[in-house]
Amino acid sequence: MSNIAYKTVHDIAGPLLFVREVEGVAFDELCEIELPSGAHRLGKVLESREGMAVVQLFESTQGVATEGTKVRFLGRTFEIGVAEEMLGRVFSGAGTPIDGGPAVLPEKKLDINGSPINPAVREFPDDFIQTGISTIDVLNTLVRGQKLPIFSGSGLPHSKLAAQIARQARVLSPKEVETEGKSGDAHQSTEKFAVVFGAMGVTFEEAQFFQQEFEKTGALSRAVLFINTADNPVVERIATPRLALTTAEYLAFELDYHVTVILTDMTNYCEALREVSAARKEVPGRRGYPGYLYTDLATIYERAGRIRGKKGSITQIPILTMPEDDVTHPIPDLTGYITEGQIRLDRGLHQKGIYPPVIPMGSLSRLKGKAQGEGKTREDHSGMDAQLTAAYARGVEIRELAVILGESSLNETDKAYLRFADRFEKEFIRQGDTANRSIYESLSIGWDLLTELPKAELKRVKSDHIEKFLPKK
Amino acid sequence: MSGSIIKVAGPLVVAKGMTGAKMFEVVRVSKENLIGEVIELHGDTASIQVYEETSGIGPGEPVERTGETLSVELAPGLLTSIYDGIQRPLELIEREAKSAYISRGISVPGLDRAKKWDFAAKVKAGDVVEPGDVLGTVQETSLIEHRVMVPVDKGGTVVRINAGSHRIEDTIAVIKGSDGKEHEIAMLQRWPIRIPRPSHNKIIPSSPLVTGMRILDTLFPMAKGGAGCIPGPFGAGKTVTQQSLAKYCDAQVIVYIGCGERGNEMTEVLTEFPHLTDPNTGEPLMKRTILIANTSNMPVAAREASVYTGITIAEYYRDMGYDVALMADSTSRWAEAMREMSGRLEEMPGEEGYPAYLGSRTAGFYERAGCVRCLGAEDRKGSLSVIGAVSPPGGDFSEPVTQNTLRVTKVFWALDAKLAYKRHFPAINWLQSYTLYAESLQHFFNREVAEDCMSNRDRALSILQEESKLEEIVRLVGTDALSPKEQLTLETARMLREDFLFQNAYDAKDAYTSLKKQYRIVRAILHFMDKAQGVIMQEDFDFAKLRDLAVKEKIAQAHLIEEGDEHAFDALERAITEQLDSLTLTPA
Repeated sequence: MSNIAYKTVHDIAGPLLFVREVEGVAFDELCEIELPSGAHRLGKVLESREGMAVVQLFESTQGVATEGTKVRFLGRTFEIGVAEEMLGRVFSGAGTPIDGGPAVLPEKKLDINGSPINPAVREFPDDFIQTGISTIDVLNTLVRGQKLPIFSGSGLPHSKLAAQIARQARVLSPKEVETEGKSGDAHQSTEKFAVVFGAMGVTFEEAQFFQQEFEKTGALSRAVLFINTADNPVVERIATPRLALTTAEYLAFELDYHVTVILTDMTNYCEALREVSAARKEVPGRRGYPGYLYTDLATIYERAGRIRGKKGSITQIPILTMPEDDVTHPIPDLTGYITEGQIRLDRGLHQKGIYPPVIPMGSLSRLKGKAQGEGKTREDHSGMDAQLTAAYARGVEIRELAVILGESSLNETDKAYLRFADRFEKEFIRQGDTANRSIYESLSIGWDLLTELPKAELKRVKSDHIEKFLPKK
Repeated sequence: MSGSIIKVAGPLVVAKGMTGAKMFEVVRVSKENLIGEVIELHGDTASIQVYEETSGIGPGEPVERTGETLSVELAPGLLTSIYDGIQRPLELIEREAKSAYISRGISVPGLDRAKKWDFAAKVKAGDVVEPGDVLGTVQETSLIEHRVMVPVDKGGTVVRINAGSHRIEDTIAVIKGSDGKEHEIAMLQRWPIRIPRPSHNKIIPSSPLVTGMRILDTLFPMAKGGAGCIPGPFGAGKTVTQQSLAKYCDAQVIVYIGCGERGNEMTEVLTEFPHLTDPNTGEPLMKRTILIANTSNMPVAAREASVYTGITIAEYYRDMGYDVALMADSTSRWAEAMREMSGRLEEMPGEEGYPAYLGSRTAGFYERAGCVRCLGAEDRKGSLSVIGAVSPPGGDFSEPVTQNTLRVTKVFWALDAKLAYKRHFPAINWLQSYTLYAESLQHFFNREVAEDCMSNRDRALSILQEESKLEEIVRLVGTDALSPKEQLTLETARMLREDFLFQNAYDAKDAYTSLKKQYRIVRAILHFMDKAQGVIMQEDFDFAKLRDLAVKEKIAQAHLIEEGDEHAFDALERAITEQLDSLTLTPA
């Protein structure tokens, strides 16, 4: 590390500084910028050439001048001091405490970029997490160590849903699975839980909602919050999720916590990335987003999972709002290619007053296969999942048909599907934001709904399961 | 042999003082010893793509030339390995790094130098050998006999051959070339990844790659030595299909490349394969498999290299005379890696920011597939089938990667999000997909399976096509407007879809269906249609009677009939005949 302060800021463009006549500056190095006013800001090196460095500020460039500004390169990358005592604390999007408490005494300093987990050392996630929400538990099973985003749109209740998941999520004990939830310890004591929350560019109210939600349920004491609100610097948002995940990795893989990471809103993050890319005059990819958006998002989303020999885990629930509810927009599109499925919220269901408006078509959990069935939940789980989704899809199709042709033109089977689809929405998808259904309750609702359909139509559930579980009319 | 860095921008490093550097030469970058490859030269300035994270690297640091091009190590020990994009074993990386994370600057050999293999000689001193001839064999795993071949640039008279237990670097043979010089040959050989391995000549593929997946084998068969692609939006089942292929296809060696994909998915493959057994041999699948895992958060340049690393290893086994299948999931990530490097090099972009050479690189990759007559005096045939997954943004097949891939692949398995939403798996759209091998494989199917195998397939396809037309009519005017014949077509198509094409990859019993059984299921469904033709033409026939026939339940269960149980199928066909005949006899 050098103590040289360069006063050679030559150009300023957007969040970028071009510093000339520098020596020995490394790529990705952190630097401190002293403004003519004496204020300090942080930046990092985006490109380092002989005699020039391109520096990206994490805060606004307002007040930075080409003359009188000093740049000091710190000889290290962006690090965060982590400690167990961060639990219960609130930080800014750049990692400084904003809850009025003292600075955290770091137990360790970690590079916020992390390193890729060796795939050979990962443990495959297969522990069923019961969220208490039927559409997730039965159809899009969440698994410990999974990254499962919520694809939402503006105005949809994604925050409420994320808070509900964070509040209710838990792993069933073997005893509970054995007795189908009738007995067994519902509150495991041996495992440690934590929530890490990263907010990027959200409104003050939304940030408050989560904070209050955590406080109300007593979860705040085991939560770490990083909050960058809409009026905070845009570029700071690029660091926020990384701070959150570095903290989560420390809690999970060094202190054995089971960590749920909620990141909201990834759309704002991507927009910040686009802003920096545009300022660098890079060749844009789709819709102006940089060509490396996929790689960049992967360095965030891939920081979830379990590691062989470690007790803790990171389960990631990023939230993103799809511009114009368009799932083919680059942000949801690239996210879907990286994450292990997605929970999709639907405006149509929301308008019908159904909460949570999770639409089975388009929602998916890629890891559910190993977390459903005997020993994990119940033997009829995966068949039920396939049957309900297929039947609902058919029902919706018939509903559309009925709009054109009139209901009278439908045959008996079609009408049964129609009834099924209506009841499915009202009884299965819909549940209150405090309703915490066990997986067994959810499955019995499913069986009850299947009584609407002729038995010959139940091709996805096994016949011995029909025998065992289908209520006799 | 060393220069110094003048610029670092992400995975791209520019160095000066690189006089004499060659294109695609491997270099060691900075004090951290990061692996890089020269991809552009301007005078004495070289642009280098670095295969490891470059943060903390700055101008002035050294760049060492190695004089070698990026190559893979080829010798016994490849099978069952799990590599990163540049052939570093992931398990060794873990041991070396002493951490669950991949740290950089780690240098580990691709193959174990200490392990001894029993080398059995196939030639003796005095024999004349040419490139590609088998010098001897090593039982690499219980499934695969590794054939140690004379390197491509060697040949002559065998002076000495050392059978017995050897390490891969030991000399196992000495060959005197035509120039009179003696060459020592070890089991370990190297091959540059960007150059296809040579063969005598390519031949037209004539046998199918049997996958056990009904829609693929029956409707859109792929040839051994063919090239195919699976494009589809996320969630449509690309990875599940690729994994199913890796598990059940009847190739002898599998190379599976996870290119820029999910870490947990690679872990799934890693943990699952050792426990799964090969349906053809009963041995663990891992014994015939090589995995290359470059997850999406691993350095982007190594992602670009990973497909070449994989295909070079695959070609090596092809040259031994094996049927090799390579799965690349997903080639879109590979193309994106190219785009990213191209952008950093400030090249003029082509379509959607992809470099102008996207098409030629894609074609070059898929052309490495094929059925070949291997080098060597002995008449050995090998094949390399390549199946690439493509992840088009938004599921839009008109994008450049899909289009460039379609130009060079002969099998197109189009995944469809709508089918996946309905939980119809494999979600392969039967209207969009195609195979260009149907004709060249016709002979095989008609000879090996049944005479009317291909004609049944054509019929099934046309029924499904007819269905989509009829469905449009139904959508406008309802089912009642259809003639009984058309209703029967719909009913048959529905059976084909639900009872034949639908297949559960997670169900051990359903995941694999032999060609013969596939044929029998289709035949039974078509038999039902034929028999019903007469029945429905009766006056005032109530179509619901046909729909409610008990035998339809049996057809739906036909995919669960044990392999090889021909009697069960005969019985099924008899039941169909009987029940439909009974409908004729009842007076209307």
